[in-house]
Amino acid sequence: MSESPIDSLARATPPALAGRIRGLSDRSIAWLFVSPTILLLLAINIFPLIWTIRLSFTNFAANKPNAEVKWVGLRNYERILTDPDIWQTMQATAHFLFWSLFFQVVIGFTLAWLINRKFRGNDFVTTLIVLPMMLSPAVVGNFWTFLYQPQIGLFNYAVEFLTGIPASSFSMLGSVALAPWAIVIVDTWMWTPFVMLICLAGLRSIPDYIYEAAEVDRASKWRQFWTMTIPMVLPFLMLAVLFRGIENFKMFDLVVQLTGGGPGDTTLLTSIELKREAFEKWRTGYSSAYAIILFVTVFGLASIYVKALNKVKER
Amino acid sequence: MSKFFNGLMRLRRGAWEMLATILIAIGVFMLMQPFALVLFTWSFPVTLLGTVMFIIVSKFPE
Repeated sequence: MSESPIDSLARATPPALAGRIRGLSDRSIAWLFVSPTILLLLAINIFPLIWTIRLSFTNFAANKPNAEVKWVGLRNYERILTDPDIWQTMQATAHFLFWSLFFQVVIGFTLAWLINRKFRGNDFVTTLIVLPMMLSPAVVGNFWTFLYQPQIGLFNYAVEFLTGIPASSFSMLGSVALAPWAIVIVDTWMWTPFVMLICLAGLRSIPDYIYEAAEVDRASKWRQFWTMTIPMVLPFLMLAVLFRGIENFKMFDLVVQLTGGGPGDTTLLTSIELKREAFEKWRTGYSSAYAIILFVTVFGLASIYVKALNKVKER
Repeated sequence: MSKFFNGLMRLRRGAWEMLATILIAIGVFMLMQPFALVLFTWSFPVTLLGTVMFIIVSKFPE
């Protein structure tokens, strides 16, 4: 009879170690297995967080490691929270966050609802729709820069074809009024498939017999949609909004590639401003305080969101 | 409404979580609103208070 893998592993364990493990309780063995992960988490997540909190109260600059570090108390926080430029950055982030989430949820849910119906080529269409999500944000940013070109860009020609506005008369990335919408369009194009996939999972989890029972009760399609489909997909939709909301709050690469924060500061999102403060101006203490403000905001929002999600799931 | 205040007085989780949630929501709105700089200035203390309160009161009894 051949030896099983467990037997061979047991045979390979050194007798001294085997003896020590044999004396441990289940709880201790569980801790033994979990502790490397906990240590790693402490080292790469919790320690940097505590260190950043400490730095946020100092004037430390990472490019001057030998300079004297002074304790400045709450001055960094005070300067950030009274700075009109940072306030402007928050508004740009709010605009991007709100509209990109809005369009992604509306279009994503609609696409999922349509894809959920059985038709020929369903799998092929789903694959096509999901394609943008699989591309690198740097690549997407680069080719949308070409699409937005006023002279040769396809986007401008599509707008001209649909509205009659001359293609070369406007620049999506160069106009103060249009640039914030340009980044919303690209983010929506790239991440709507993600929302669609999560909604599709929600729609496919609804059993058919519920709709059959509603048909027997002569509930209209409209009523079925509002009282059955929407409430049952809502937890999935909320999860998608949570993921996309946190990701978009931290949005960096796509917008840097598209506009670099311009024109002026119209598309300067908080993460881009944070990177400039930390690694271009080298104000490490100041940028640490900025990072803590953003962290508390995201943490607070995520907390209430998870609570809401649990309530919806309990219903 | 009286149920909410009773919950606060008797240190019940639901009412205090609701209060913390309202504080966080107000704080985030203050952070991102385009109307007044003074609201932006006070947004972080409000959000921080709400978040810390949320962490503490989530340990309260139901």
